[in-house]
Amino acid sequence: MTFDLLGPIAYGSFFLVMALLNGVVCLGLNVQWGQTGLFNVGVAGFVAIGAYVSAILTTPPSNGHLGGFALPMAVGWLSAAVVAGGASAFVGGLTLRLRADYLAITTFGVAVVVQLVALNAQWLTGGAFGIAFIPRPFESLASTPVLYDLANLALVAAVVLAIYVALERLARSPWGRVLRAIRENERAAMALGKSPTRYRLQAFALGGALMGLAGAMEAHFIGFIAPESYLSSLTFQVWAMLIVGGSGNNRGALLGAAVVWALWTVSGLVISDVVPATYEARAAALRLVAIGVLLATMIVLRPGGLIGERALVSRHVADADKRL
Amino acid sequence: MNPQVVVDGLINGALIGLGAIGVTLTYSILRFANFAHGEFITFGAYAAMAIAGGVATLVVGSDAGLGALSISPALILAAPLAMALTAGFALALDRILFARLRGASESISIVMASFGASMAIRAAIEFVFTSRPAYFTRDLQIARPIAFGLKATPNQIALLIVAGVLMVGVHLLLSRTQIGRAMRAVSENPALARAAGVDVDMTIRFAWALGGALASAAGVMLGLLVQIRPFMGFDLLLPLFAAAILGGIGSVPGAFAGALVIGLGEALTVQLAGAEWRAAVAFLVLIAVLLIRPSGMAGRPA
Repeated sequence: MTFDLLGPIAYGSFFLVMALLNGVVCLGLNVQWGQTGLFNVGVAGFVAIGAYVSAILTTPPSNGHLGGFALPMAVGWLSAAVVAGGASAFVGGLTLRLRADYLAITTFGVAVVVQLVALNAQWLTGGAFGIAFIPRPFESLASTPVLYDLANLALVAAVVLAIYVALERLARSPWGRVLRAIRENERAAMALGKSPTRYRLQAFALGGALMGLAGAMEAHFIGFIAPESYLSSLTFQVWAMLIVGGSGNNRGALLGAAVVWALWTVSGLVISDVVPATYEARAAALRLVAIGVLLATMIVLRPGGLIGERALVSRHVADADKRL
Repeated sequence: MNPQVVVDGLINGALIGLGAIGVTLTYSILRFANFAHGEFITFGAYAAMAIAGGVATLVVGSDAGLGALSISPALILAAPLAMALTAGFALALDRILFARLRGASESISIVMASFGASMAIRAAIEFVFTSRPAYFTRDLQIARPIAFGLKATPNQIALLIVAGVLMVGVHLLLSRTQIGRAMRAVSENPALARAAGVDVDMTIRFAWALGGALASAAGVMLGLLVQIRPFMGFDLLLPLFAAAILGGIGSVPGAFAGALVIGLGEALTVQLAGAEWRAAVAFLVLIAVLLIRPSGMAGRPA
């Protein structure tokens, strides 16, 4: 009776893949907010940019939208990261020398406009119908679902691990220290000859690139994208993940992504099982209220999240401590 | 180009202006961009609808329009009540959320809290009233010629007058009264204002109440001109911010002028490019201001 196992494996790996992909967005936000203190209210917009760029580049020819370049998936993913990172750099270049709120307002505008373009520029994005037939990784394994699910999970997990290790190294590097120095005391960092605007711009672009990459990976994993996947509630979810997990901490970002995604999925299942169909839309609204209250409560009562930021020092200092 | 753009643009601009005043006041006095301001607009519209419904059945006995307007007497009664209620709502939100974060080490966490509150309030409104659009009135109004070949419906003319009166009132309040001076003093330098005997907490409360009441007026206006739905205020948020920044943060006449520019730009875009691109105008204006003159028309350098 292998059939009994298939369901849980398929479901479990789907859940984990989605949690990990949310985790990548969350890691990107952590570079921007957790480590640098930059407030991005347009997360959904940058994720959408990545998803659309990769979808347009890799899908087979179609007359519904621009594209049909049928390029390899890796090209799509890389381009997604580059374009989303470039868009972030543009927004950062405009606003980072101004007050912090200007960045928030402008990123909010980016999300609004990306949504508008996704919905209305039919020649580019396929409009409300979105883009389908996005090639999936390991398509050749699709005849054996278990193998296919596990291979996808392994790929996503490997990418997340690589990003995590790279970000941890960056956080401990001189570059990461300058970022935190700027966040904590801008004047002191300037007195050391560091240009806050330049470092902030780099961090903002890096975070945006990660969001774009996550968007592209998710698009290829699901095989279909549409504008309604990138509404402001996505931004909100990712923020809840980072704040719950603990901003400033990469492990916290991943943990928060898993916890909030689990809460979200389970509450969705409960709603569709328990609540009568006529009240489903209302119950879904209540779910957003709950996340909003959770977010606001965490900010007021436990701003550090589940795992707060740890004091990071250079590994050389840690080695020196051991020798003493 | 159809000259009717001017009428649409003015009405649209007046509506954005009522909301943008609240945004610019919160920004200059409390020093943060309030992402929940759009929800004050939505809250105000739904509050007016609920109150007007009650008044129409209990007191007036009908919801027929008044004279040439399709605005019922019940709604005219309900609108000021809704404004007061929204002012109270803004004060309550400040008490339970924002006041706790004032003076927090990271000033941006208050912006984030406002973003969370915005989502929660909107979803709560959707929970109570569902996402189905609602209307103050379903009467169709015929636009009549007014002057220079322009046409407007009686509702549009009445709302323009009301918005104009509110704007002038706010301007006089801020420039001529004690509380207005106190607000300007707090936005200039809170510590110095406190030292000079200004009741800073009172001034902050007044700014919330004023912003909430004006947002509610904008919500009733939008509800009368288009429809009432849970996203109505959120969708206005970008135009509100763009107007406040274009006008120069803290400047009420600036916010109003910025709102007119955006209102006219949106009306023009609807005609030239189609209604679906309307929301892009505010973003383009915002980017242009940030590129050319980030302090806005009336503002000082940030």
